[in-house]
Amino acid sequence: MKSLVENLFDDIRIKEGLKACINCGTCTAICPAASFYDYDPRELTVLVQNKNEQQLKNLLSSDYIWYCGECMSCKTRCPKDNVPGLIIEALRSLSQDTGLFIESEKGRQQLYIKRVIGGWILKYGYCLYLEGVGTNTHPEQGPVWDWRQKNWSETLKRLGANYKGDGPGILRKIPEEALEEIRKIFDETGATARFNKIEEYSKKKAAEMNLEFGDGLDNEYFHHISTHNSNKHNRE
Amino acid sequence: MKLEGLKKIWKEYQKEIADNNYFYVRSCVRQNFFPGSETTFLRIMKEELGKNIYENPCHTTCTAIGYHGDIIPLDTVMTVVARQFALMTESGYENLVPSCITSFGLYTEVLDTWHHFPEIEEKIRKYLKKATGREFEKPKNLAHASDIIYKFCKEIAAKAKYKLINTNTGEPIKVVDHIGCHYSKMFPSKGIGGAEYPYVLQGMIEAWGGEIIDYPERRHCCGFGFRQFIVQANRGYSVSCSKKKFDSMEQYKPDMIITNCPGCPMFLDKLQYAISEMEGKVYGENGHGIPVFTYEEVAGLVLGYDPWDIGLQVHQVACEPLLDKIGIPYDLSKKYLDVNGGCLGKPEKANVLKTY
Repeated sequence: MKSLVENLFDDIRIKEGLKACINCGTCTAICPAASFYDYDPRELTVLVQNKNEQQLKNLLSSDYIWYCGECMSCKTRCPKDNVPGLIIEALRSLSQDTGLFIESEKGRQQLYIKRVIGGWILKYGYCLYLEGVGTNTHPEQGPVWDWRQKNWSETLKRLGANYKGDGPGILRKIPEEALEEIRKIFDETGATARFNKIEEYSKKKAAEMNLEFGDGLDNEYFHHISTHNSNKHNRE
Repeated sequence: MKLEGLKKIWKEYQKEIADNNYFYVRSCVRQNFFPGSETTFLRIMKEELGKNIYENPCHTTCTAIGYHGDIIPLDTVMTVVARQFALMTESGYENLVPSCITSFGLYTEVLDTWHHFPEIEEKIRKYLKKATGREFEKPKNLAHASDIIYKFCKEIAAKAKYKLINTNTGEPIKVVDHIGCHYSKMFPSKGIGGAEYPYVLQGMIEAWGGEIIDYPERRHCCGFGFRQFIVQANRGYSVSCSKKKFDSMEQYKPDMIITNCPGCPMFLDKLQYAISEMEGKVYGENGHGIPVFTYEEVAGLVLGYDPWDIGLQVHQVACEPLLDKIGIPYDLSKKYLDVNGGCLGKPEKANVLKTY
């Protein structure tokens, strides 16, 4: 069986994103996540560069790898062509594939993203499908959004959409044959396997945490992972 | 420095943009939040510029938000991208125009990865063939929809009904531009002006009479951060990033913000509301926020399109103060009507942010 380090360094994003870090800290200076969270892409890059199995296991089990926003500002500025954002993508993939993501508060949120974004992709063919997504879960959206939610299809039609219609256009109904192709791609290329792993490991963790677990978006574990914040993530 | 030298340097920040015959792929975010912008873009392309632009109804999400939310593996997202390329090829097109910046960044990244690792391209071709039976050619030209408007901004200026001039003062409208991170931070040579001298929006604004404000946090992310916004417990990240930008731009008193990414205008618009509710802070004049626009909306406005046809009624921060400055007429009684003129009620008032 391959070690975690070997698995990580097989990822093409490590080949693309980790050349040789010179510890200059430019990435940390430019990083939005580093100014908000207790996070330091320079430290992360050096740690991965060490290739220490135990350190890597700890990293994959921690909140630390989930702080980056993947804005890729680090890619622009690194004088040695390293990309901490790509290293993060590879670490997050490995954390999910090994099940270690459930060991951290932020990692456990992957079930939320899988069920919400993943659910929309497979059901509708869109990354976002916001009918019915109100200010109860998105209070930042405000009263105009509430008005739009009340008049969702009417406002879409007013602005030229082909909502749920056949043929081209905004938020058209994506043909079933196209959705079937996407599902087959998911089966063939590892997305279905990852989705199943996220579900399986999350279910185990819910039992361990003594929280009710169920399908869909309305169960104790799901509410917990989407709203719980231990407030131990930011700089003092 | 001599002018020739400057021209030579600037050449590195230009890119090839196809002249006609575009294969358009839509943005999940823009369709949900700013549907009027895609409608306006296609109207300008067809009615004003006389271009051939085609949309295949079988195209889907590119899954990039899932990819950057880390639920979608790299092989999957590349195969979905390959399927979009196949639809383009089968439809007889070779110039790909995504509406979304995240998609644009992803397509750029996939093509770059395949360039450096041809064996990965071969693997993805096999995946696509096995899953869908499809084959594809790579696009000859890849340009974001904002690149196209930039390319033709002078033609739009020639047809414009309004200029970005404050009719009260005679001064140019002062504009803050916000370029989506994935437009040029990953591959600076693929964006006009690169990541350091973003010019795609500035070029439009200058062509239409306005003036860009350069301010300290001009290049800072809006705060989407994918999982940082999607998951409620993380959303403080998004608010704090946007706040950093507003705090930085405030002293320059911008009349408006223009954006080229579908998500950024939503954040810069809605999070002004959120900050006003959280802290009582408002960044614009007279209790209003700073109006936020997509580049399609700004193009539509200068061309004289009705503000409610291009979708300004779905913004939380009132756009009317800018329309008043430029002298663009609008009928408030028609703001919240449906397509047949039926009344859809009105949004409730915010507690702090002044709306119309």
